[in-house]
Amino acid sequence: MRRGIAASALVAALAVSLAACGSSGSGSSKSADGPVTITYWDTSNATNEAPNYQALAQKFEAANPNIKVNFVNVPFDQAQNKLQTAMGSKGAPDVFRSEVGWTAAFAKAGYLTPLDGTAALPSASAFQPSLIKQASYQGKVYGVPLVTDTLGLMYNKALFAKAGITAAPTTWDELKTDAAALKDKAGVDGFWMRAADGYYVMPLLFGEGTDMVDAAGKKITVNSPQAAKAISTYQSLFTSPGTVKADVTTDSYAHMMDAFDNGKVAAIIQGPWEITNIYKGSAFSDKTNLGIAAVPAGSSGKAGAPTGGHNIAVFAGSDAAHQAAAEKFAAFMTSAESESFIAQKNSTLPTRSDAFTADVKADPGIAGFQAILPAAQPRPELPEYSSLFTSLGTNLGKIAQNQEGIQAGLDATAGDYAKLLPDFAK
Amino acid sequence: MTVAVQGTAGQGGRDRGSRPGPVQRLKLSYSKYWYAYAMAAPVVIVLGLLVAYPLGRGIYLTLTDATSLNVGHTVGVNHIPDTFKFVGLHNYQDVLFGPGSYDRFWSHFGWTVMWTALCVVLHYSLGLGLAMLLNQKLRGRTFYRMMLIVPWAVPTFVTVFSWRLMLADGGLVNSVLGSLHLGQPGWLSDPLAQKAAAILVNTWCGVPFMMVSLLGGLQSIPAELYEAAEMDGATAWQRFRHVTLPGLRSVSSTVVLLGIIWTFNQFVIIFLLFGQNAPDVQILVTWAYRLGFGQQPRDYAQSATYGIILLSILIVFTAFYQRWLKRNDQAAI
Repeated sequence: MRRGIAASALVAALAVSLAACGSSGSGSSKSADGPVTITYWDTSNATNEAPNYQALAQKFEAANPNIKVNFVNVPFDQAQNKLQTAMGSKGAPDVFRSEVGWTAAFAKAGYLTPLDGTAALPSASAFQPSLIKQASYQGKVYGVPLVTDTLGLMYNKALFAKAGITAAPTTWDELKTDAAALKDKAGVDGFWMRAADGYYVMPLLFGEGTDMVDAAGKKITVNSPQAAKAISTYQSLFTSPGTVKADVTTDSYAHMMDAFDNGKVAAIIQGPWEITNIYKGSAFSDKTNLGIAAVPAGSSGKAGAPTGGHNIAVFAGSDAAHQAAAEKFAAFMTSAESESFIAQKNSTLPTRSDAFTADVKADPGIAGFQAILPAAQPRPELPEYSSLFTSLGTNLGKIAQNQEGIQAGLDATAGDYAKLLPDFAK
Repeated sequence: MTVAVQGTAGQGGRDRGSRPGPVQRLKLSYSKYWYAYAMAAPVVIVLGLLVAYPLGRGIYLTLTDATSLNVGHTVGVNHIPDTFKFVGLHNYQDVLFGPGSYDRFWSHFGWTVMWTALCVVLHYSLGLGLAMLLNQKLRGRTFYRMMLIVPWAVPTFVTVFSWRLMLADGGLVNSVLGSLHLGQPGWLSDPLAQKAAAILVNTWCGVPFMMVSLLGGLQSIPAELYEAAEMDGATAWQRFRHVTLPGLRSVSSTVVLLGIIWTFNQFVIIFLLFGQNAPDVQILVTWAYRLGFGQQPRDYAQSATYGIILLSILIVFTAFYQRWLKRNDQAAI
């Protein structure tokens, strides 16, 4: 009998909780003319970059007295997860800085509002066509390009000179030779490859003319012979003389940047988002000491690096007034004036040619990356593409530490991809 | 109300021969024990919300192919329906026997079992040693006790981050080892050293609890027993073996069971010490977390499957453990 009551109470409790879950999403729409507060999630570096974005947000508020911007900085490495959670339930921002790789997956999930013909994107032709393409999903644009980047070889010119090297290496073999020379003559580690991170291995894959998957041909290529060749080069970058052994600890990124900024390692593969931090390092108080070159080429003779960067995206779930305000905000943040302001402050690359003012080009870091940007490869329009890095990173860590054979590790990755992409051929 | 309760209760007690029907019985019971139900209702509701519903939902998810891409959600004005489908026991089959199941499940399972066993043995033996030390009458006992409690009182993440600094390549531990001309393992990167580091840190965090519990147990053993044993000429080892250990039995069995469950599910230490880049040192819980939250798209179904498997392992283990204890207790009497 007691049990009976308990069971009915349980049923009641379940009903209550289900009802609570079901009644979410009661939107309260406000009139369009009243003051609105939009929430903006900024994912830039909190100490170096975010203050400049915040300054822009304040300018926007001054120009639009009816709109308040609630500026929230979310650490980049947590942002995708947080956005995913927030947009799937409650507490999503009205507008946010979205990494280019997230666009397709978020758009597919219905989180983003298409921006074609809205106030957010008054003229798509102002932006680099490849970046607009990268922000599109199934023919609609879901983000306004804010900054763009690619990976390059960053090196310490003074250390290279000390080792008697006059030009940046253009192939991985040259890089290894230079690393050995740097260790011998300059007494520092020559090169630090980032371990256990799929993104940083893209130049090696592109250098062999392959990718993790062939999105157009619907084929998994991560365990192809070309990829295996790329990864064997990758593995050698931890063991050949003058290179730093694989660091797979949680702090590995910070370790790598500390070593480079302070002149303990002569070269790394890195993107422009670190330039402002690098200038703060003891080895680069003279900004011109930073050398920027294209990533080394693979055996195909071609060098390739992924196109990265961030878009401003507008959440699909906000009411009309908030969306209108968010679109205005997106347009403001990506105006030529705002972009060149950000470029000068943060040393990141604008996404429109009219933002490359003379002052912007004067920054040696930007000039260096601008030169190698045209060679960057945009991502395929595949919602799962950014998910592919997880499994690759895990297995790369094992390969870099020699715990797993190259082919075995890549086959394991391909097995994971087959689950993510059931209609792709192996 | 009170009168009615007394009346019906008396009647129910008298005619045992003809049992009233279920509805009748419900009414009787309700009128007799309504206050008990009223008292218990909040607990039942809370338990239902916090335990039964998530558990039921979890079990349901394990039978589907739900991921963050195909679970329905509401984005403001847009409603996106569920598109995941029922796949039966496929997830269990895939986790336990599917391709890559060794890499994904069994290797983590083996390490989880080893980790639990080693940690609990270390917790218990060190905890008991320290407890016996503190149970002596020595000067400044309270101070020592305080000092040994400190690792437990400090928030775990502070402890773990301090250890992460000390165990880093150029950290304190390796500097000391280097100055003694000993090897300097990569505590946070080399797979074997990672495991040692994980056990070390978990032992550091877990010993104080064992120590305090066992100290309480030791203090409850009457001193007369020791006196009597000494009178009978028992050696120190015999006193430990025949007085201390039996006296601690009830405390030990509880803390060891708790220790095993906690260590088996010890998420924080592994997660904070190594992050996601250490596939070899992940125990089942951290691996399940990674499947459910640490990757895109989130694999709810597989993560839930791991959760249910973990729960089953612990339930089966606890059942056997309890039975074993009971048998031992009966043997002791």
